[in-house]
Amino acid sequence: MDEALSSLAEAGEDAKILAGGQSLMPLLSLRLARPSALVDLGRVGGLDGIIEQDHTVTIGTMVRERAMERSAVVAEKIPLLAAGLPLIGHPAIRNRGTVGGSIAHADPAAEIPAVAVALEAEMVIRSAARGERRVPAADFFQGFFTTALEPDEALVSVCFPVAPPGSGVAFVEAARRHGDFAMVGAAAALNAEDGRITDARIALIGVADTPLRRREAEQALLGAEVGSAPFEDAAAAAAEGLTPASDLHGTGQYRRHLARVLTRRALEQAASDVRAAA
Amino acid sequence: MSDQIDIALTVNGEARRAKVEPRKTLADMIRQDLGLTGTHLGCEHGVCGACTVLVDGAAARSCLMLAVQADGSTITTVEGLATDGEMNRLQRAMWESHAFQCGFCTPGFLMQLTELLSENATPTEAEIRDELSGNICRCTGYESIINGALLAAGVQPGGHNETTGSA
Repeated sequence: MDEALSSLAEAGEDAKILAGGQSLMPLLSLRLARPSALVDLGRVGGLDGIIEQDHTVTIGTMVRERAMERSAVVAEKIPLLAAGLPLIGHPAIRNRGTVGGSIAHADPAAEIPAVAVALEAEMVIRSAARGERRVPAADFFQGFFTTALEPDEALVSVCFPVAPPGSGVAFVEAARRHGDFAMVGAAAALNAEDGRITDARIALIGVADTPLRRREAEQALLGAEVGSAPFEDAAAAAAEGLTPASDLHGTGQYRRHLARVLTRRALEQAASDVRAAA
Repeated sequence: MSDQIDIALTVNGEARRAKVEPRKTLADMIRQDLGLTGTHLGCEHGVCGACTVLVDGAAARSCLMLAVQADGSTITTVEGLATDGEMNRLQRAMWESHAFQCGFCTPGFLMQLTELLSENATPTEAEIRDELSGNICRCTGYESIINGALLAAGVQPGGHNETTGSA
């Protein structure tokens, strides 16, 4: 990794890191990106682990999406990530696409960044010049395809907190075609004790320039009974104030409508997931 | 950056070498340097699935990999499916189901299905549809392709997941 980071620093500001290539390679093919050099992390050792320790699962930047999909640790300890993974592209894309690539690319409609934001994951970042630093997901995503990563830095791993047993999750999307980037998507995770919601997480994709945590909507659910929580109100709060852009696939108004409907569905599914576990 | 890099890989069971520019895609290397033109290039940016090959057993878009990334790996292309000119079970099932018309997308469908069947010998129709969702056909339509996949898996189209005897 040290060698890769030195190469990245030497190659200058226009160099890019190549991880799984499922976002960067299309940009190269379409000539939308013209980096001066590519630093491929494919053969760099030590970046492909899924390690659980101290209530945290640390996933190496080069872990493929398919490997996470098949990981018992991910399924059990980070169920919201497990719920989002099958929605990414297609099997052949997930065979190559990586956790670090998806997060560093920071497409505002991508699933893994939304999971990172919802769960307050932490990004472990390194550079040759300044060593390691950690950035919380809330500060990492800064805009369209824009992150806290400096040109000479690489994401080396992502730390997800372990979900408490019995938490309920759901990731729902509306997309034009199976496997397409979602027009809008909603990720929800609920924890409950004695039938009452103790923690709620809601993150939306496709409605802004970054994945969006909806804290006010989360607050509205705390203390409510899982079976009869005000999901409709929370969904309305989640869609409140959104100003998604219009494009060929749908107007901003339609996307705001989707945000409300999909948030409600995600919360209801997450609630039944909680009850199924209870 | 026009320096050429030597790579060595196993393609359809044969050891092959090539000298490629680092910027060259795996798809272009397979077609131009190895002469295996069964791998088709449609969209060239990962959307259509026509260029799907197996890299170390896993389906991958060969247009979204650089040839140098495949150095040392084992690649299977559509040319690797038949043995001594005899179609394999999947190819025969697709043939019998008229699962192609112009045939442009066929190599990608075959390679994606090869991965699926190697991991799950008796997939359901829903699993087949999910697996093939990233492969685009612009002429035949998908019913005959799904039927071919079901036939290869020993599943009656539209029926339940009953495995018939191996052919």
